[in-house]
Amino acid sequence: MLRQSIENLGNRTIQGVWRIGFATRFFLATLLHSGTAFRRFGLTIREMYFSGVLSLIIILVSGLFVGMVLGLQGYETLQTYGSEEALGILVALSLVRELGPVVAALLFASRAGSAITAEIGLMKATEQLSAMEMMAVDPIARVVAPRFWAGVISMPFLAALFSAMGIFGGYLVGVQLIGVDEGAFWSQMQSAVDFEQDILNGVIKSVVFGIAITAIALFEGYDAPPTAEGVSGATTRTVVTSSLAVLALDFVLTAFMFRGIS
Amino acid sequence: MNKTVLDLWVGLFVIAGIAALLFLALKVGSMSAVNTSNSYEVVARFDNIGGLKPRAPVKSAGVVVGRVGDIRFDNETYEAAVTLRLDKRYAFPKDTSAAIMTSGLLGEQYIGLEAGGDSQILKDKDRISLTQSAVVLETLIGQFIYGKAQEGAPQ
Amino acid sequence: MQHDNLVEIEDVAFGYGARPVLKGINLTARRGQVIAIMGSSGCGKTTLLRLIGGQLKPGQGTVRVAGESLGELDQARLYRLRRKMGMLFQFGALFTDISVFDNVAFQLREHTDLPEDAIRDLVLMKLHAVGLRGAAHLMPAELSGGMARRVALARAIALDPMLVMYDEPFAGLDPISLGVTGNLIRRLTDTLGLTSLVVTHDVQESLKIVDYVYFVSEGVIVAKGTATEIRNSDLPYVHQFVHGEADGPVPFHYPAPSYADDLRLGGQGA
Repeated sequence: MLRQSIENLGNRTIQGVWRIGFATRFFLATLLHSGTAFRRFGLTIREMYFSGVLSLIIILVSGLFVGMVLGLQGYETLQTYGSEEALGILVALSLVRELGPVVAALLFASRAGSAITAEIGLMKATEQLSAMEMMAVDPIARVVAPRFWAGVISMPFLAALFSAMGIFGGYLVGVQLIGVDEGAFWSQMQSAVDFEQDILNGVIKSVVFGIAITAIALFEGYDAPPTAEGVSGATTRTVVTSSLAVLALDFVLTAFMFRGIS
Repeated sequence: MNKTVLDLWVGLFVIAGIAALLFLALKVGSMSAVNTSNSYEVVARFDNIGGLKPRAPVKSAGVVVGRVGDIRFDNETYEAAVTLRLDKRYAFPKDTSAAIMTSGLLGEQYIGLEAGGDSQILKDKDRISLTQSAVVLETLIGQFIYGKAQEGAPQ
Repeated sequence: MQHDNLVEIEDVAFGYGARPVLKGINLTARRGQVIAIMGSSGCGKTTLLRLIGGQLKPGQGTVRVAGESLGELDQARLYRLRRKMGMLFQFGALFTDISVFDNVAFQLREHTDLPEDAIRDLVLMKLHAVGLRGAAHLMPAELSGGMARRVALARAIALDPMLVMYDEPFAGLDPISLGVTGNLIRRLTDTLGLTSLVVTHDVQESLKIVDYVYFVSEGVIVAKGTATEIRNSDLPYVHQFVHGEADGPVPFHYPAPSYADDLRLGGQGA
């Protein structure tokens, strides 16, 4: 009994390592075959519509609500120390440094990532990818690479929109609703948020997240067993794996970027 | 999906994204106007820099005129050598003094410049000779206790 | 260089990991012929098609199409060869996000520089050949199974290939569609001068239209011959297959212990 479980564990680990190797080769193949995605940019634009534009609603609405909650909660806490005027700083820094890139990435993973996985998985299951191969069109160049670059390009824009909406939400709640001084809100924010340190780092984070999420989504779809359960399992795995990847990468990047302040 | 409609939406999306980035960069953050092309560097030495960090503001009369660059330790004079990057638009006399101040009671530390009266101005790679170190809380408390002890001693 | 044998398969063996699927196949297909590859499910027919299409590499032996050995081609040459092959997948494998017209135009747009007018004419011609010119504007989701397969056929012949492979083209069709499909395969082969390789287990339909038949069982070719020879064959496997007999070389019963033992007769007690 115990021996069986150990054997299974060993097996699973080997499978896992093999899978990571396969995934890496797949990722490198995607990068190598990206020429078509740029030469025929129309393909990438089309995918930007499906990944980016269709994610706008959830990103904008979530951003607004997150900002509003930050405004509320932030005010409650800051009030205890008599520092309500720092609300702008609190909202802006939280969003630009962390919440913007991370939450936007998590939302992108669940909406666009799962859609990509399902689409590619179904194309594989209905032999569309095979048919494309037989018609001498490389599916990685034609189907996978444009989706990859579309995701990588869309992600920073989505994160910026999330942060912007969030700050607006914080402004709505803090200044309009609660009555924090408008001038203090914006001026304190401006003096505390640095372009290179905070905003640029946030953009870098969102690009890295975009790469991770899209690569995982594409791989899971491409590797999915060509059955109904296979595709649905792959979709779930995409959301889980890419969310965990985003959080782990966030820690690593934050440690790198914000350690340098002191 | 009609190709032109699709392109339109993606175009709008990209424009909105860039607008958001610009909003963040300009209205929310402060674009450091002080980068290498329009700044000059001067060095100031301090006995104690306290909690001063690189990129801290350099202010004169309360207005930000530059940023702190590197902070290094001079092993020969046992002092801290702080590089100040000042905006080219502002010229300071050679006898300007630099002091490490705290914004608010427990806030971030910055360098405050007080202009002197010299006719010659500071140029790139010059040194500020008049400096005032940071007030270290422990020293202050120590002085206070010592002072109080002195008061109470002659009984 | 003209080769009389368009497809030559010599001593090919292939397996998935430890499981051998094909153990030694020898097959030739001449130009202008309709060749059927028959056998029960899972005998490796589809694998054979994938080997010919270059999607799989044989473990042993050579697969030659138009004189070129597939195992030795790099990706660029393989892709060039594939442009002269067409493949009809079992359920059509149409691209579901684009219309019938765009599906058929796909290869023309990808591989040629023809202007849109020329492409339009060609697409309508191909659709006309399969009888679906009026359905050009429909989406694949709106087509019936038989229609989808016909569109896939139009797509497969878009670049006038020299070889077309059909993976179970008759599976699941109603009698009328069966007749239409069989008819189309024969007619296209004759009029366009193609070679057609049909993988199927529909005996009746295929024997009506083929020139030569290969029977695959247990990874080897067990029988081959013209349609008449096969119909009159008394090889047990062929006979069972052609006449649809329930029991014969392919047994009815899945391997199991003796019936008496299973029912615990013979005094084993309850």
